[in-house]
Amino acid sequence: MKSDRRLVRKGSLEKLFEVLKGDNRQVYAPFSRNGRTSYRKIEKFSDIATDYIQTTQSSKEVSFPRTEKILDYSKNADGMSVKGIEPDQIPQIMLWGIRPCDAMGIGELSSIFNWDYKDEIYNNRLSKVTVLGFSCSKTDEYCFCTSVGGNPGNTEGSDILFTQLGGNGDYLAEILTEKGEKVIALSPELFEAAGDIEKEKFLADVPVKFSHKEIYGKLEKFFDSEEWVGQSLRCIGCGACAYVCPTCACFDIQDDSHGKLGSRVRCWDSCGFSLFTLHTSGHNPRNVQSARWRQRIMHKFSYMPERLSVYGCTGCGRCSRACPADMNILEHLTSIKEAAL
Amino acid sequence: MDELIKRAKELLEAGTVKVVIGYENGSADKTRALFAIEPKDADKLIFDSRCVMNLATYITKAEVKGKGKMAITATLPVMRAIIQLASEFQVNDSNLLVLGITPESKMIEFKDLAEVEAFVHKYTIEIEAKYSEKLEKLDKMTPSERWSFWIEELSPCFKCYACRAACPMCYCHKCTVEFNQPQWIPVPSHDLGNLEWHMMRAIHLAGRCIDCDACYNACPLGIPLNLLTKRMLIDAKEHFGGYQPSIKADHLMSTYKPDDKDNFIM
Repeated sequence: MKSDRRLVRKGSLEKLFEVLKGDNRQVYAPFSRNGRTSYRKIEKFSDIATDYIQTTQSSKEVSFPRTEKILDYSKNADGMSVKGIEPDQIPQIMLWGIRPCDAMGIGELSSIFNWDYKDEIYNNRLSKVTVLGFSCSKTDEYCFCTSVGGNPGNTEGSDILFTQLGGNGDYLAEILTEKGEKVIALSPELFEAAGDIEKEKFLADVPVKFSHKEIYGKLEKFFDSEEWVGQSLRCIGCGACAYVCPTCACFDIQDDSHGKLGSRVRCWDSCGFSLFTLHTSGHNPRNVQSARWRQRIMHKFSYMPERLSVYGCTGCGRCSRACPADMNILEHLTSIKEAAL
Repeated sequence: MDELIKRAKELLEAGTVKVVIGYENGSADKTRALFAIEPKDADKLIFDSRCVMNLATYITKAEVKGKGKMAITATLPVMRAIIQLASEFQVNDSNLLVLGITPESKMIEFKDLAEVEAFVHKYTIEIEAKYSEKLEKLDKMTPSERWSFWIEELSPCFKCYACRAACPMCYCHKCTVEFNQPQWIPVPSHDLGNLEWHMMRAIHLAGRCIDCDACYNACPLGIPLNLLTKRMLIDAKEHFGGYQPSIKADHLMSTYKPDDKDNFIM
């Protein structure tokens, strides 16, 4: 559908927040704690963090929680009884304040959860999420959305995209989907008619660092490069990059048991961990960090574009900001672009 | 640090070591580990107050260790970690040469680890005042307040294990959390799973943690996990006369004497 453009006064945002909170809906928005910003359920408008380039964690937890119960079981005299999770237990979520790169990431994440098997739990959760994106007016050296098909005012993935018109100004609201229209219907008086507004001049400038051909084309022939060894030497093999990433989808299934009762739980996992690919035989096909690092880059920039027609990267830069060893994905991609074959 | 660059180059050119581990400039005014393998790589070596990552975490990493004899730029916390690792038979004189950096930022090359140990023993591990205050506040809490404090602080943890990866003492190939027959620690990062993981990690570091804050600095979520290990250092001081890494000393938590106090048993 063609987007409907409205104007929302700066002072109306709080009113909108209060309306969204009603009727058993939950508002998830950026919240700062210990100097880090993450999404969580917010009760008070004033608790929403605003002073950040990008949140430390992505918003993927609303549809793919780090720890998610998928069934409960109990052992009894007759054997075992199993109870699944009912879709009506999943809350309606208003996802407030996500950046356009995260909104674009929802599509990338969904492509994995719907590749061959349609993941019901993921899809159920996502169906109950309304995405209220906010364009970027600020950027830093870690951002590269424009190199992977995004931009600071990208509407893809948002139900409504808000763009602030200047530092302390009102907001242009682009209503992009039916879910977005439902939000307007809750409080139509807050959405005024917008005149001709050129939103581009209020957006951050994120320079393009590489083209699809320069990376995707290169990686096809790059599997055996020595470059991976040099790049990964300082990687310490934690999962911080994967866990802050909006598109990393790997998980592990665990049974969390307490005597005769228990739950089956889906937990985040990461290809950076040394035991991620350890076979029962004891063989580990990715037994060195360079093979694990290569997998991370190849999966995002070669395998996903090849199989799912999307990147597994939104250029949000979170992995680089979060890395305790200063692995910088943009720098590594640039050196792949420049490396001799 | 011209002296450091010069010495690193000499060591690489002469083949005395195969790799020099140090710091280089990273992104956004951060610093990061540099692995100089060719003499020219050493030109990138730097040292300044931003260089706080504990590089000793790399000397047990197979891909680094596998290159051959290592030299390492070592500040006092890194030297402490090296001595603790030597006492656990993870490094020795044949695979590691220490290019020490004194608290006054002077380079000092050590002949062997015994010299490093002697240098380390000139200083004691002191808990910084800002942390002592936090710990005192925690001590004054009732057990239920303290419980709530930790549940709240640990609740954001998503178990990326950056704390473990950054810690020089966490070099096990398979960590307790990865054993699942039986499953000692719940894998899910819910409140109980997070609490058990951090308690277990802290206890495994009792009498081994050299107080470098690498775990806290590595945590992408800023969880103050170093408060746990700092508290243990205070306990070690009160009950066992303090902790100082030593190549041949008895280990604080794995040594038993018949006349040990048993008044902690309720």
